[in-house]
Amino acid sequence: MNILSGMARVLKEALPLLIQGMLTTVQITIVSLAIAVFIGLFTCLAGMSSVRPLALLAKGYIGLIRGTPLLVQTFFVYFGIPQLIQSFGLDFRLSAYSAGVVALCLNAGAYIAEIFRGGIQAVDPGQMEAARSLGLSKGRAMLKVILPQALRISIPSLVNQTIITLKDTSIISVISLADIVYQAKIYIGRTMESFATWTVVGIFYLIFVSILTFISNHIERKMDYGKKS
Amino acid sequence: MAKKVSVRNLCKDFGALGVLKGIDLDVEEGEVICIIGPSGSGKSTFLRCLNMLEKPTSGEVYVDSFLLTDKKANIDLIRRNIGMVFQQFNLFPHLTVRKNIMLAPTDTKTLTKRQAEEKALQLLARVGLSDKADVYPRQLSGGQQQRVAIARALAMNPDIMLFDEPTSALDPEMIGEVLSVMKELANEGMTMVIVTHEMGFARDVSDRVIFMEDGVIVEEGTPEEVFVNTKEERTRQFLGMIL
Repeated sequence: MNILSGMARVLKEALPLLIQGMLTTVQITIVSLAIAVFIGLFTCLAGMSSVRPLALLAKGYIGLIRGTPLLVQTFFVYFGIPQLIQSFGLDFRLSAYSAGVVALCLNAGAYIAEIFRGGIQAVDPGQMEAARSLGLSKGRAMLKVILPQALRISIPSLVNQTIITLKDTSIISVISLADIVYQAKIYIGRTMESFATWTVVGIFYLIFVSILTFISNHIERKMDYGKKS
Repeated sequence: MAKKVSVRNLCKDFGALGVLKGIDLDVEEGEVICIIGPSGSGKSTFLRCLNMLEKPTSGEVYVDSFLLTDKKANIDLIRRNIGMVFQQFNLFPHLTVRKNIMLAPTDTKTLTKRQAEEKALQLLARVGLSDKADVYPRQLSGGQQQRVAIARALAMNPDIMLFDEPTSALDPEMIGEVLSVMKELANEGMTMVIVTHEMGFARDVSDRVIFMEDGVIVEEGTPEEVFVNTKEERTRQFLGMIL
């Protein structure tokens, strides 16, 4: 019965706080991913380019991100980089929000680069040949023929990455960014209602992940290029 | 007649494997040439060297007196004049038939969007697919897809057309519709180089037939010379196997 009354209490007291936290979570996710898609696209193209330094830079970045945990990356961006810059005598501080977005978009960008690479490589090489044979340059063929198809192939993995990033924002709460996990921890610290609060937080995440899955299924159906009719 | 294509001592190696071992060929304007030969003889590789989809290891390829094998050649510009049709059609699956045909002329700014659209519909009528402008390639049969691919290549107004086994991926009942479109093109005076296994077609439309084996031209001549008065033993063997 304690549990039930605890749930009622959390719903009554903490809901506005948690909703506010969830909005921050969603906002950070959207901002980070929007930037990450561009980082990913450029990293992917750089990694596949014939300009050696560019390709090496892209591979190094992806290796660095994949080889270290997001928690370490977050601390590095929030505490490490400002200290490095301050050591040159410059005044530099990052807000928790900016640091969180930077860490998340750098992290997701590396994974999205790999997703795009997989998508591009999955497009039939005959497509590039056909486009080139018509007189399109390599860049135009990439833009008009390869990338649209690669993007379509990448959608399931991109949605997967979106879900991962949405959940990864919870790690950013360690630099006291007021996301839903941070709000939950504060509330529990005051009231000790662990079970009820974490249940509600879990449900929030579930709802958003379900919405994302629904949207992605819809997009996939929309982009079927006449498969059904 | 003017020379459209000139090939001099063309060689192509894939690693240690020599695929083309010194090919010489001239194609006159309006000429229709069919290249026949067993698989692995280098016919497709040779055709793909004519628009630089395959980079020759050595030798020279001139198209309209431009040297394609020159490193400084603007290959994109020259390719606009050379249409190519592939065995696997290679239509763009994310675009409708109409957009497939319009892509190259609009993207290269050869035609305005309206002109390209007009051109697309006109070409679709020519290949007998006027009612298919707004469907996606995968909604078409193989034969229809290949006819769209021919229309797409023609949209750039090329004066040379390359065909790389255009009917080899088709069900038998669809081969005829593609060949008849090609035959019409040939009758209109298009310069064509065709790699094919359709001997009846080769005999019908070619001005010249070329038999290739092991990366060299073994025999060439009019259809009558190659098919009827065959000179080379290897050609005779090959024809005996497939006819």
